[in-house]
Amino acid sequence: MRNALIIARRELVAYFASPLAYVFIVIFLGLAGALGFYIGAFFARGQADLTSFFLFHPWLFMILVPAIGMRLWAEERRSGTIELLMTLPITPIEAVLGKFLAAWAFTTIALALTFPMWLTVNFLGQPDNGVIVASYVGSWLMAGAFLALSACISALTKNQVIAFVVGAAASFLFLMSGLDLVLDAFRAWAPGYLVDLVASLSFLTHFASVAKGVIGLPTVVFLVSLMLLCLFVNTQVIEIEKA
Amino acid sequence: MLLDVRRLSRHFGPITAVDDVSFAVDRGGVLGFLGPNGAGKTTTMRMIAGFLAPSAGTAIVCGADVGQDPVAVKRHLGYLPEGAPLYIDMTPAGFLEFVASVRRLHGGHRRQRIAEVVERMQLEGVWRQRIETLSKGYRRRVALAQAILHDPDVLILDEPTDGLDPNQKHEVRELIHAMAATKAIVISTHILEEVEALCNRAIIIARGRIVADGTPEELRARSDRHNAVTLRLAADLAQRATDVLRPLPDVAAVEMLAQSNGVADLLVRPASGRSITAEVGAALRTSHIDVDELHTERGRLDDVFRGITAVP
Repeated sequence: MRNALIIARRELVAYFASPLAYVFIVIFLGLAGALGFYIGAFFARGQADLTSFFLFHPWLFMILVPAIGMRLWAEERRSGTIELLMTLPITPIEAVLGKFLAAWAFTTIALALTFPMWLTVNFLGQPDNGVIVASYVGSWLMAGAFLALSACISALTKNQVIAFVVGAAASFLFLMSGLDLVLDAFRAWAPGYLVDLVASLSFLTHFASVAKGVIGLPTVVFLVSLMLLCLFVNTQVIEIEKA
Repeated sequence: MLLDVRRLSRHFGPITAVDDVSFAVDRGGVLGFLGPNGAGKTTTMRMIAGFLAPSAGTAIVCGADVGQDPVAVKRHLGYLPEGAPLYIDMTPAGFLEFVASVRRLHGGHRRQRIAEVVERMQLEGVWRQRIETLSKGYRRRVALAQAILHDPDVLILDEPTDGLDPNQKHEVRELIHAMAATKAIVISTHILEEVEALCNRAIIIARGRIVADGTPEELRARSDRHNAVTLRLAADLAQRATDVLRPLPDVAAVEMLAQSNGVADLLVRPASGRSITAEVGAALRTSHIDVDELHTERGRLDDVFRGITAVP
């Protein structure tokens, strides 16, 4: 675990050593604000809550989280530094965990920087801050799940663009799997329980309640187990195919 | 033995990259790992360093088995990967501090080790510059610094001087030379002069198999020019010299190597591989043939290398 933290620290510094971090944070904050205020009609709703802000998080994460995750392993493979990393006295689990934690810490920073939204709504009215905290936690967990998925996909390729596109597509499928768009593709041939299973993987379905401040145990279990599964697969991929 | 490689093999699909390679190196040993590109040098080194899993066989580093306890092996090992990859966003300072943390170097010992590699690799001037901006020579030094930071007993260096200019090559060789007495070192290269300058043992590998193994002198002795004598003399004496030398019992052949500007070069090959310099000198003196130059060939590693590894 100590090694994972050392690696996480190096990775996090690496994010801020490149323009990626600043570009990402500016765009994330800009989009999160704009979507919440304009498309989510924050003012017109006349309610002191952040539902209209959180509602767009799954869509933002779908595009932006793979952009953070894409470099985690693809870049190491492309530049050959994976050979350097994996011949240091660390285990693959520590490396996978360290990289994931760094990327998650980075998204946490980005998410935390949306605090002016929270200040604004508290200035304008008396929102239920418990609801807002629960929504933040849900949003944070969802970002983690998307990130674990992206990191895992990044480990499969040397090419960051492929890692990004495939990561975003996979995120999209997870996001939409509760909707007919995806489900119809399964209904045609799959048994009912499989269709239900696919539907239960939907981030949107889970997040609909999270945005209202209800973060249920099934949602937490779902997001955390998806994260663990992706990190496990990531570790296996690194063990099998290092070069 | 600090490093004991036992019957390592590695297949990539139907291709056998490394086929039953065994060797051992002890403290003070500098093993040159030679072979044409694609012979399996890098694959072998990656398996020893725990980066690639062997298909069969194993490597024991300071008593730890790379298959069973790869982390222990990596702790005892300093490894320079091929092409010396580095995190180019970092500074040498940040990078070596990171490696020191992972390698569990603490307190005064850590400071002392970092100070020592900085001095040895002459990194003071670039200590706070991004690695991206450094020259190839400095990058190689940073990569080497990473490999020796924890003062490992076993060093595996994959083409440590590849792509460096002659001065930088010399520096890296000096460095390896300075560490040789206290460590077991394996370097891969296809520069043969490097083997002669650095190594006390050389292994030639071709198509995944060890095809020759010995001291550089022993390998040179396998050259067909080993102990041959070359002569330089006036061109009009060349025919007489050939006639005098050819009948000698220890001489196998006399060949004309070159002839220009009235000067001829002759190569006298020995029949048994024994030195024939004395006989040749005596025969020429008795026949009153004046020679401008005469010297004994020790055999060239290049010739041996090509002879063994060339695809027929």
